[in-house]
Amino acid sequence: MAIFLTADSKVIVQGMTGSEGMKHTQRMLRSGTAIVGGVNPRKAGTAVEFEGGVSVPVFGTVAEAMEATGADVSVAFVPAAFTKAAAVEAIDAGIPLLVVITEGVAVKDTAEFYNYAAEKGGTRIIGPNCPGLISPGASNAGIIPADISGGGRIGLVSKSGTLTYQMMYELRDFGFSSAVGIGGDPIIGTTHIDCLEAFENDPETDAIVMIGEIGGDAEERAAAYIKEHVTKPVVGYVAGFTAPEGKTMGHAGAIVSGSSGTAQAKKEALEAAGVKVGRTPSETAHLMREIMESLAG
Amino acid sequence: MDLFEYQARDMFEKHGVPVLAGAVATTPEEAREAAERIGTASGGVTVVKAQVKTGGRGKAGGVKVAKSTDEAEEHARAILGMDIKGHTVHRVMIAQGARIAEEYYFSILLDRANRTYLAMCSKEGGMEIEQLAVERPEALARVAVDPNVGIDDAKVREIVEAAGFAGDTAARIEPVLKTLWTVYREEDATLVEVNPLVRTEDGDIVALDGKVTLDANAGFRHPDHEALEDTAETDPLEAAAKEKDLNYVKLDGSVGIIGNGAGLVMSTLDVVAYAGEEFGGQKPANFLDIGGGASAEVMANGLHIILSDPQVKSVFVNVFGGITACDAVANGIVGALDALGDEEDRALVVRLDGNNVEEGRRILAERNHPRVTIEDTMDGAARRAAELASQN
Repeated sequence: MAIFLTADSKVIVQGMTGSEGMKHTQRMLRSGTAIVGGVNPRKAGTAVEFEGGVSVPVFGTVAEAMEATGADVSVAFVPAAFTKAAAVEAIDAGIPLLVVITEGVAVKDTAEFYNYAAEKGGTRIIGPNCPGLISPGASNAGIIPADISGGGRIGLVSKSGTLTYQMMYELRDFGFSSAVGIGGDPIIGTTHIDCLEAFENDPETDAIVMIGEIGGDAEERAAAYIKEHVTKPVVGYVAGFTAPEGKTMGHAGAIVSGSSGTAQAKKEALEAAGVKVGRTPSETAHLMREIMESLAG
Repeated sequence: MDLFEYQARDMFEKHGVPVLAGAVATTPEEAREAAERIGTASGGVTVVKAQVKTGGRGKAGGVKVAKSTDEAEEHARAILGMDIKGHTVHRVMIAQGARIAEEYYFSILLDRANRTYLAMCSKEGGMEIEQLAVERPEALARVAVDPNVGIDDAKVREIVEAAGFAGDTAARIEPVLKTLWTVYREEDATLVEVNPLVRTEDGDIVALDGKVTLDANAGFRHPDHEALEDTAETDPLEAAAKEKDLNYVKLDGSVGIIGNGAGLVMSTLDVVAYAGEEFGGQKPANFLDIGGGASAEVMANGLHIILSDPQVKSVFVNVFGGITACDAVANGIVGALDALGDEEDRALVVRLDGNNVEEGRRILAERNHPRVTIEDTMDGAARRAAELASQN
């Protein structure tokens, strides 16, 4: 069943005709995703040919694409300056899931389109500045390589793209129900907590890996949520123990300010909630391995 | 990007927030001239304020009242060059003196948890706000602000009432808070803080200090923001990396780090620091993220930046190819090392996995460079890099 994205998901791509959009649409198609359309007002009515004779129609708007194809997921590859407009269009059309891959989106733009969606209801946003999500073997909405790991019963939620790949690689012999890259920006559409809740309710997920990093207090809030609501085993990893204060480590949201946002505080909060936290990605994978083996036991 | 107080003052003034006259000076002589110009409106009294991007400068002796131009020059001489929490003072601001009746606090910031903005306001300004929030949380009003609505008439009233203002003071504060919201919105700020916001003996509301953080991702809307960057404070290697569009942060250790993706690189720093404990406390020398889909050229540029840091004793290249192709990374490494030739004798430890890994490993194996070691795992490679750094 997986979370948010299943074999039945019908996916459109906003910005499909750009170079990034083309490249990743091809990759998504190759991994079995049902890509039913692209959106570009200047190329509406045309079609784009992909490998194996697959032809994907281009629509003028998200609403037209949904009307014509029954699409329920949009993946956006539009440039940062136009991301807010693209998101608002998708929200207005009522798309159930919007995955914003674009990095470098101004936080004001994200704050505005996130709150617009929250007020209107009906659209879940993942990202921005994220690798998207994959339910291996079923569907792939974003840029996570489909060949790292197959399907299985571990759920993964992560702020970081490459740490998602690393963890999927380490646990590829178990496989994943879904892996969600939520992004490392200060404001994101779907949080650790949203994913923990969905994995908890997903009958096809047995255990959860949660990857966090310095900055903000999302991991601390997730820890409080786990304590109250999550019965499945959770293993955690937090990156950035050695990050100095006041320096942004790559992600706009990854910064230690004073005593807040440190990896140590996040680790302690997670451990207090009963989450086993690894010191390194491989140690984290090892902890999950033990859990999966004992569940199979 | 954090602004200096004088930059925040100028930005406030541009948008119509009431501020006092102020000018920046980099020498005691400039400070004297500024005090001559500015002091006349306040009976010769000025305040000399260290311009550093950290709090607690008052306690450190970085803020001094001057009753004459001589005193202003003297204070500037004492404050310039001072070290405040690791920040050297290169500039002072000469501000007009004010007759303060009361000090308040106001800020607008991102509320990550609720994914909205948050306005905070208090009648008890002046002190460190973190301290106020802990000691007297009831004295600090917190009001959520919808990003799509902002601080309108109804919202500003809500904030002012929640903070406990009434009557004439409330009426005078409201338009100032609305103008500060304009600064926040129109400049793409993620923080606008005024501490203290003061009421003068004449009843005027004035922003006496200002802290502004601007969103670097919004630069496309604000070509003028680039000029606000403090290039003198930037590490020369960080500046060189920025020119090549590389995401680099200089740190203090001996193991140079290159990886792809912010999370993986942060994780690499940690793993190296853990492994380094065994080898006399070897630590990471930098953060460098070559990003997604990096070409051989980007990889080579990254390696050049890292190897121009004399503190670096060994280098760890840690790549998990998602979009990035491991063969491109390998070609970048080989190309950069060949370009550097025999002068470069520091060791490189490489761990590649993911997209095109066989081809990447094959390229490295074929070149069989004497200073390159290939390791299979991230932990093993970190250990090897720390060990090599300790021997060099």
